Amino acid sequence: MSVTADTVRKIARLARIAVTDDEVPGLTEQLNGILGWIEQLGEVDTTGVAPMASVMPGQLRWREDVVTDGGIAEKVLANAPDAASGFFAVPKVIE
Amino acid sequence: MSALTELSLAEMKAGLAARQFSAVELTQAHLDQMAASRHLNAFIVETPELALAQAKAVDDGTRGGPLAGIPLGIKDLFATEGVQTTAASRILEGFVPRYESGVTANLLRDGAVFLGKLNMDEFAMGSSNETSAFGRVINPWKAKGSDAELVPGGSSGGSAAAVAARLVAGATGTDTGGSIRQPAAFVGIAGIKPTYGRASRWGTIAFASSLDQAGPMARTVTDCAHLLTSMCGFDPRDSTSLDLPVPDFAAGLTGNLKGKRVGIPAEYRLDGMDAEIAALWDAGIAWLKDAGAEIVPVSLPHTKYALPTYYIVAPAEASSNLARYDGVRYGLRVTPPGGNVQDMYAATRAAGFGREVKRRIMIGTYVLSAGFYDAYYTQAQKVRALIARDFEQAFERCDVLLTPTAPSPAFAFGAKADPIAMYLNDVFTVPASLAGLPAMSVPAGLSASGLPLGLQIIGRPLDEMGVLDAGLAIERAAGFTARP
Repeated sequence: MSVTADTVRKIARLARIAVTDDEVPGLTEQLNGILGWIEQLGEVDTTGVAPMASVMPGQLRWREDVVTDGGIAEKVLANAPDAASGFFAVPKVIE
Repeated sequence: MSALTELSLAEMKAGLAARQFSAVELTQAHLDQMAASRHLNAFIVETPELALAQAKAVDDGTRGGPLAGIPLGIKDLFATEGVQTTAASRILEGFVPRYESGVTANLLRDGAVFLGKLNMDEFAMGSSNETSAFGRVINPWKAKGSDAELVPGGSSGGSAAAVAARLVAGATGTDTGGSIRQPAAFVGIAGIKPTYGRASRWGTIAFASSLDQAGPMARTVTDCAHLLTSMCGFDPRDSTSLDLPVPDFAAGLTGNLKGKRVGIPAEYRLDGMDAEIAALWDAGIAWLKDAGAEIVPVSLPHTKYALPTYYIVAPAEASSNLARYDGVRYGLRVTPPGGNVQDMYAATRAAGFGREVKRRIMIGTYVLSAGFYDAYYTQAQKVRALIARDFEQAFERCDVLLTPTAPSPAFAFGAKADPIAMYLNDVFTVPASLAGLPAMSVPAGLSASGLPLGLQIIGRPLDEMGVLDAGLAIERAAGFTARP
């Protein structure tokens, strides 16, 4: 399967990365090159093989359902590009 | 004073304990070396005042521990409280964490002195340090009769260069597909990636969470063992952290391979393999045999699929992990005039991420998108299971595996402009990462061009000790004393 310029624009939109029209042809070529190379995985017979999501056997640990953190709003906001009145501030959202 | 930078980490420990020199003297010697080596661009941030204060506290007796007074460099992927942490990305420029990563907190607990934050490939995505937003790191080595600058490898290239050039006694690295082992090989030092889960990922900026693992880089196997013991350990804040005791690796190190079986995977002998690399590998096999090991041919049939598997799994996880850089909570924010919040996300990420990072996010987004998920991502996860099974079956017949670390010595800047050519550099390191196995690179010789080459040892899950012992046997036999 080959990636088109429209697909590249769609992926960029899904990834929330602005791309200019000038960048699209180069990205299309690069993504096709990489995807063409990784498509060789299709030739591996994986019938009956369970997908491996983690090298850790078994289940993730559980912990007590209790608050272990908090009261550090100032630290949390310390690196925000824009913080006001104890909140992260963003441009106006109008739906 | 300059002689202090020539000591190994173990010798520094002994010298400090015997009061032959103070921690402040040791730190100052390294700070001087750091200041004289800025052309390498190994550090993004230097913290000399903090380092001297930490060293003074060691001399005063208010700080102690197994690494008391040892000068280290910290890869800029580890969050360090009060010191800028960027992952070598514009998108995090100016980010000053209010917390300390699990791994660096362990090193501080043990008395280490931090000289600053080391340069790297942006978000650890690269094998040459050319993707850093803070400029490329220069390998302290040059080829015989040439003045051309070479890459230090990546992504832990700043760590590699700093250790090789004696700016630090050791450094932290992280390894997702070879980012400790390949740069270690390119600069003639040792480096080990422990079993996945040994070192806490808490506070380490995430690239591909199912693969990312921290580990030490240092000039000797013993030095790596000292650092590894400190860096590892259970951390309840990391859901995949292993709740197991960590051995004192340096104390347990013997280099004795009597009765050990060393597997040689046939599939790593690639068609068209560099003759020098093949010869070094053969030398390594002979050394381990001399050290008492039995050499066993083994097969890892799915080796050729490891790289394409990695380049689905790692970008997929990265596209998810890097979604957090949105211009809201930290780092860069770019808002186009009159733009809404969606425009802000897209403009921030376009301006903040470099080309390779964008490429990988887009590949990851594509392979996870509706209609392609099963063909790419699920299939890659299944092949990953087969790669892990290959190793399990090989380890029924042997205790460790010996392979080359990289297919070539350090190369020139711009030599691998094609992304796939760059990815192929990780051909020997990626399989162990996919299987979560401990693996290390040890300097083993020089190429005809006078550049360092490394051999890789891969071990069973949790058998860092076996990996380090085989590493020590190689180190002793190779007698690698060359330096940049």
